[in-house]
Amino acid sequence: MNTFNQATRDGRDAGAPAVVDDGDLARRWQRATDEPAWLKAVLITTALIFVGLFLVLPLSVVLYGAFERGLAAWFEAVRDPDALSAIRLTLLIVAIVVPLNTVFGVAAAWAIAKFEFPGKPVLISLIDMPFAISPVVVGLIFVILFGSQGWLGPWLAAHDLRIIFAAPGIVIVIAFGTLPFIARELIPLMQQQGKEEEEASLTLGAGGLKTFWYVTLPNIKWGLIYGVILCNARAMGEFGAVAVVSGRIRGETNTVPLHIEVLYNEYMFTAAFAVSSLLTGLALVTIAIKSIIEWQDERQKRRAAA
Amino acid sequence: MNLTTPPTLWSLSRLTASILIGGAVLGATLGVSSQAQAQTERVELLNVSYDPTREFYRAYNQLFAEHWREGHDQEVTVRQSHGGSGSQGRSVIDGIDADVVTLALAYDIDALHDRADLLPEDWQTRLPHNSAPYTSTIVLLVREGNPKNIQGWEDLVREDVEVITPNPKTSGGARWNFLALWGYGLEQFDGDEEQTFDFVRRVFENVPVLDSGARGATNTFVQRRLGDVLLAWENEAILSVEELGRGDFEIVVPAQSILAEPPVAVVDANVERKGTREVAEGYLEYLYSSEAQALAAQHYYRPVDEAVLAEYIDEFPSLDLFTIDEVFGGWREAQTRFFNDGGVFDEILEAINTP
Repeated sequence: MNTFNQATRDGRDAGAPAVVDDGDLARRWQRATDEPAWLKAVLITTALIFVGLFLVLPLSVVLYGAFERGLAAWFEAVRDPDALSAIRLTLLIVAIVVPLNTVFGVAAAWAIAKFEFPGKPVLISLIDMPFAISPVVVGLIFVILFGSQGWLGPWLAAHDLRIIFAAPGIVIVIAFGTLPFIARELIPLMQQQGKEEEEASLTLGAGGLKTFWYVTLPNIKWGLIYGVILCNARAMGEFGAVAVVSGRIRGETNTVPLHIEVLYNEYMFTAAFAVSSLLTGLALVTIAIKSIIEWQDERQKRRAAA
Repeated sequence: MNLTTPPTLWSLSRLTASILIGGAVLGATLGVSSQAQAQTERVELLNVSYDPTREFYRAYNQLFAEHWREGHDQEVTVRQSHGGSGSQGRSVIDGIDADVVTLALAYDIDALHDRADLLPEDWQTRLPHNSAPYTSTIVLLVREGNPKNIQGWEDLVREDVEVITPNPKTSGGARWNFLALWGYGLEQFDGDEEQTFDFVRRVFENVPVLDSGARGATNTFVQRRLGDVLLAWENEAILSVEELGRGDFEIVVPAQSILAEPPVAVVDANVERKGTREVAEGYLEYLYSSEAQALAAQHYYRPVDEAVLAEYIDEFPSLDLFTIDEVFGGWREAQTRFFNDGGVFDEILEAINTP
């Protein structure tokens, strides 16, 4: 279209007769909307090769390694007491960290999107900080804080409280590392939505809690679910910071990723891959849950529309 | 926005609730199953150890649990933590609750006294043989058929040879490697320090990667197939050949090497607080029993018990072994001179990095 306009305008401006070849125009018209076949092929192949090389291939290697010696070996590796303890610890951490960061994320996003207050840009930057700091440094920060040579160490020892080299320390570093996920998803979403709907709800007589439940929450639902899934995946998989504060006590402070490393270092490759496949499976389950929720929601919308 | 959205929200929260409940039930069953066998008195020990002892202590912990059950009516569970010896010692100083430490070298246990006063200065005299229930040495592991024809320490400086060894800053084994090299150099150059420094520097020029622990270095050499020769604990080298290599590797025993004594100690401050002194001391003393000595030999550590050593003598080639006390005046001195910040090892790295 543009070329056509351009041609006629140019022609008129120059005072020369505007000659437009109809066949040429049709060809150009097609080119503007459809990509040429070769470009399509190149783009699709590139995407497929990338996904294949960096996603499907490693995943298949993990699964192959896990089941190479059969189902019995897989079960043996996963039912090993140390593996069970690692799974239990990881689930416990997720059960604490994800709700904690959900509450924090919603509160922080709410404060940032709906209110004006001094220091808001600072708060936004601070929320991003865990993304910027290397996990090892995160771990060391807490060793310096809570280690027995650290600032709070003597006080903790006097009260027989254990933080580092125990579950609380692991929960703290993971909560720290996954803090931005939910807030980061919600802040732009809530900022974009503004506060008109909430204001309308409040002027119509709904209370604050009711407004949050019926107006805000449905609006941010997808962002929230996505944030929770990211947060959950990272909480299960975090390695660097946990490696620093865990002390790697087998059957006690090893999370699943640490247990996988221990197994690998002990030349138990089948077991290492078996537990890896379990961790991968947990990640796939979270994605499946997200899809189920999406699908249910779609279905309900369609039913409501009918 | 009308108020017909609640159904969506309700089903959403129902799903969330069922997931949470499912998770809780799973967690609870896992929790219950582990508590089911609590009958006789249970004791837990934490053994913070270095890298290559994983297989040995897994077997020894079972042996000890059986031994202790007979005399004491206590069920002992020993938890293990493994890593580079230096960083493991650091964790104990930072507060990990170790009842016993079984590290790669005496200095890492000295540090527990120097930096945190967790045990007395004379800890090494509390058990026989400098508190080392087993010894080892440093040997060379090469690929099948020895394609680079490496026969001893002198071949490590050749330009076509890549050497794999972990980082002496974090790994105990790497420090033994370094001192074995240095000791050989001193012998070779009639005690000439400058020539020895030059010799060791040339070896480290051939090192492409410094792993943080001995096990990491072994994996680099065995799994990732990097390098031509691995400087390794004798036990680690034999393990690689027996369990992993299936004929892919050969051990080259140099004419002379260092006698490595990996010591063990009870961490007094921790066992006092936890009330586990008796079982912790029993755990270490039983390492000297003939059963445990035989087990150590089966995991390729040289037993200190002469009778057991004689039984397994075929496993361990004889070579000229010098001790750290003879050549370097003990671990404290060796550590200060070679491995502390600004020490000889740092000078070597600097000499390599400034062309």
